Amino acid sequence: MTTADYERAPHVGPGTPSHAEKLERIWETAPGFYGWLATVDHKKIGIRYIVTAFAFLVAGGIEALVFRVQLAWSEMHLLTPEQYDQMFTMHGMTMIFLYAGPILSGFSNYLWPLLLGARDMALPRLNAVSYWIYLFAGIFLYASFAIGFGPNVGWFNYVPLAARAYNNGPNIDMYGLGMILLGISTTVGSINFIVTFLRLRCPGMSINRVPILIWGTLTASAANIFAIPAVSLAFLLLWMDRNVGTHFFDVGAGGSALLWQHLFWMFGHPWVYAIVLPAMGMVSDGLPVFCRRPLVGYTAVALATIATMVLGFGVWVHHMFATGLPGVSLGFFSAASIIIAVPSAVGVFAWLATIWTGRPVFTTPFLFFASFIVLFTIGGVSGFMTGSVPVDWQLTDTYFVVAHLHYVLIGINVFPVVGAIYFWFPKFTGRMMDERLGRWNFWTMFIGFNLGFFPMHISGLLGMPRRVYTYGEGMGWDWLNLVTTLGSFLFAAGVLLFFWNAIRSLKHGVTAGDNPWDAPTLEWATTSPPPPYNFAVIPKVATRHPLWEDRLDSGQGAEQSRIHAGMALAHGREALGTTPVDAMPNVILKMPGDTLVPMYLALSMTVIAVGLALVNWWVVVVGGACTTASILAWLWPQARLGETAEPARETADD
Amino acid sequence: MVRTFIATVGCAALVPAVANGAPLQYLSGAGDKAGPVVWLTWGLLLISMAVVVLISALLIGAIWHRPGQAWVKGERTALLPHGGGLNWLWIGVSVSALVLLFSVAWTVKVLAGIVAPPQRPVATIEITGHQWWWEVRYLGADPARQFTTANEIHIPVGQPVRLKLDSGDVIHSFWVPQLAGKMDAIPGQTNETWIEADKPGVYRGQCTEYCGLEHARMGIVLVAQTPADFQKWWAHQLASPAQPSGAALAGQGDFQMRCGGCHAVRGTEAAGALGPDLSHLMSRGTIASGMLPNDPRTLRHWISDPQRYKPGALMPTPELSPQALKDVEAYLRSLT
Repeated sequence: MTTADYERAPHVGPGTPSHAEKLERIWETAPGFYGWLATVDHKKIGIRYIVTAFAFLVAGGIEALVFRVQLAWSEMHLLTPEQYDQMFTMHGMTMIFLYAGPILSGFSNYLWPLLLGARDMALPRLNAVSYWIYLFAGIFLYASFAIGFGPNVGWFNYVPLAARAYNNGPNIDMYGLGMILLGISTTVGSINFIVTFLRLRCPGMSINRVPILIWGTLTASAANIFAIPAVSLAFLLLWMDRNVGTHFFDVGAGGSALLWQHLFWMFGHPWVYAIVLPAMGMVSDGLPVFCRRPLVGYTAVALATIATMVLGFGVWVHHMFATGLPGVSLGFFSAASIIIAVPSAVGVFAWLATIWTGRPVFTTPFLFFASFIVLFTIGGVSGFMTGSVPVDWQLTDTYFVVAHLHYVLIGINVFPVVGAIYFWFPKFTGRMMDERLGRWNFWTMFIGFNLGFFPMHISGLLGMPRRVYTYGEGMGWDWLNLVTTLGSFLFAAGVLLFFWNAIRSLKHGVTAGDNPWDAPTLEWATTSPPPPYNFAVIPKVATRHPLWEDRLDSGQGAEQSRIHAGMALAHGREALGTTPVDAMPNVILKMPGDTLVPMYLALSMTVIAVGLALVNWWVVVVGGACTTASILAWLWPQARLGETAEPARETADD
Repeated sequence: MVRTFIATVGCAALVPAVANGAPLQYLSGAGDKAGPVVWLTWGLLLISMAVVVLISALLIGAIWHRPGQAWVKGERTALLPHGGGLNWLWIGVSVSALVLLFSVAWTVKVLAGIVAPPQRPVATIEITGHQWWWEVRYLGADPARQFTTANEIHIPVGQPVRLKLDSGDVIHSFWVPQLAGKMDAIPGQTNETWIEADKPGVYRGQCTEYCGLEHARMGIVLVAQTPADFQKWWAHQLASPAQPSGAALAGQGDFQMRCGGCHAVRGTEAAGALGPDLSHLMSRGTIASGMLPNDPRTLRHWISDPQRYKPGALMPTPELSPQALKDVEAYLRSLT
């Protein structure tokens, strides 16, 4: 690119204190309550995502502990069947939709611009709206449960059980509309990640130099855009069946019960990969830091990430092996469900090789990341078993599958996430989490988890069905369930230790410094916590590990990364746009600042959902009018974004 | 990791020991349908356990094969060179792919072998799932030989039987793990499968698709008997129940009036189709959809307060005087 492609030739030089001060003024979120509501800073939004997701993790965890007490022994009656059904439905829905996905959005929101050497996400307002919708959808989804009419037919919400004839309350409508809202949040978030990936990587960060977390989130985001429409459509059709008399799922009127399952799992299975691939990415980036060498097989791992996702769209029928589909389609989906383990093997052997050829540094994040490999393997092989049709006809809907999915979701999401908090906490807060407490935390969680969930494999093989509020004596499941319940409480104690450590370290943690782990990527090149503008000057990278290259690549005469001198970009909020593949600079982008519009928009859309839940068209119209007004306000041309004919007034010293 | 390793190996030893006391286990099975799947299940289970043991061992080796180092905050410790390690991927992924392909081939072979029964089924049974019990109808070319029963299926040993699965309300799933894997009962479609038992016995089953409040209490019993006994049973089911007398006769009146709207007893005025058919109720081993033993005491408790055993069940508490309750019980006990 020539400089002609910029609107102006940007000033290039080292970041000076006065320059930093100026950037601080430009990028700072306004103080007080207004700033709290109006911020578009990806770091603040990221932390909010993480805190909110953990709050939902606690809610879902408490639900699980309550029904684990009920299941501890045969014929226990702490909960009525109705209460039990609401509990397990809320537990699944909370963990899968309100914790597992959003927690990763939180990390990615916080980390992406820092990893990429950018000043913010590409679409900061969209980022804010994505968070607000998530928050409101979460509250909306919990509202019916709070008044005692929670959804009670499982997170998978199969028809006809979810149809009006069998479920007359507001619960299913609230669940469906909440899911549609949440789908909007995830979709706009995904769009933001994709655009950010294509446009905001700092100069030199060609696509073969981005951290694996970026690949994980990018792949998951692309998948979400294809997967979410299926489930949003399903919930919309169900709402219409229930409220305006359509018959999409009404068997008596020529509808189909299986249609729901197809639509749901076409979304549901890709979603499983979407909520593990970014977490696997965090391990791929974090683990090598504690092995003191770069990841083995970067290219293979990045490609395996994409391959998993692509294959992930061809396996949904393995949730439906027992629905009476023809043998040929069973064979196809069975083979795909088994072969999808190949790209997973790439990851496992890459991580093992990285540890083997490295020299481990025993820290809490290392413990979480390394143990994840075993949990991933256990969750993987049990998945491989359920992929085999004849075996799955026995395994499906037993506790074996419960064990499998918890090894996947806890093993591949929660363990990496907690490890990642230990790893990035110093960057988020400027302080270290306590290592000694960290070890207690790790071992309690690890032992509690395996004690609680491993026996579920056995109770499943002994035939214990899922979603039963109790079971008879003499089925051979009592002791296993008792151990499971004890383990789940130990696991919960471990999670509690984790929260305790985090909260305590906020105040009392040792000061971290910029790069406490001596890690290689760009987020560690700025202060901890980073300033609102992330980097005083736009960095330029020449390798995958800019902060290690003086020790790894010296003597090769190769181009060096430049971190502390670069484009200054301080004419208002500005970011550097680069080309999609090679990351050559080609445009200066004007970035929006604090605004309440995203929150209004999210609130307006929630009002529409409330109206549809009440089937009150006036409320819908009010919500729709507010939504339109918010969108207009959003799109209204602004001089400081370069959207009007007259240019914004600029300060001259750049 | 060590713990997982031990648990994995321990599990292999533990399972057969516990299995005898677990009527729904499927690590052993009986019959042409379940047999090949038992082998496949064990095969994949052993592969899985071997993989977990191997990966755990490699991880432990990777961590311990050279001295680790302590972390010092912010210190720029030495880095190891870039290269190396790719052999792990080549070897690891190749071996994994071979094992996976082998498993796919084995899966397809077993699947092909059990899709259809080895010989023509000797009987066809239509099973309809209801919230929360099973309607069972024996079909046959001769309409006079057809009859309806509930919650207990009899089949002849050593002969495949065709099952047609349907639902009267929501989705259920039919599962008798010792004999066959699951097949869903979905409203609006009829799923066909087959089942076979190679030795006589009583096999337990359970609904395994979540179907509402009493999903947990939706069992089924399958009795496999010699072909001769099976034919005898069938003939007995076709016969009308004996004419009641005494208390049972009084009970019949109450039954027809209070229970007959939902339950049927063939040859009487009770012809309801909303609940289980009770003709020859006393020939069944269980009541309440396979959940309670069919003994006089339990039967009395069940009919006087079904909601106590299955809260949410669609059978209301019948408001009968103590005397009427006794009579109805006597009538039910006469349905041999």
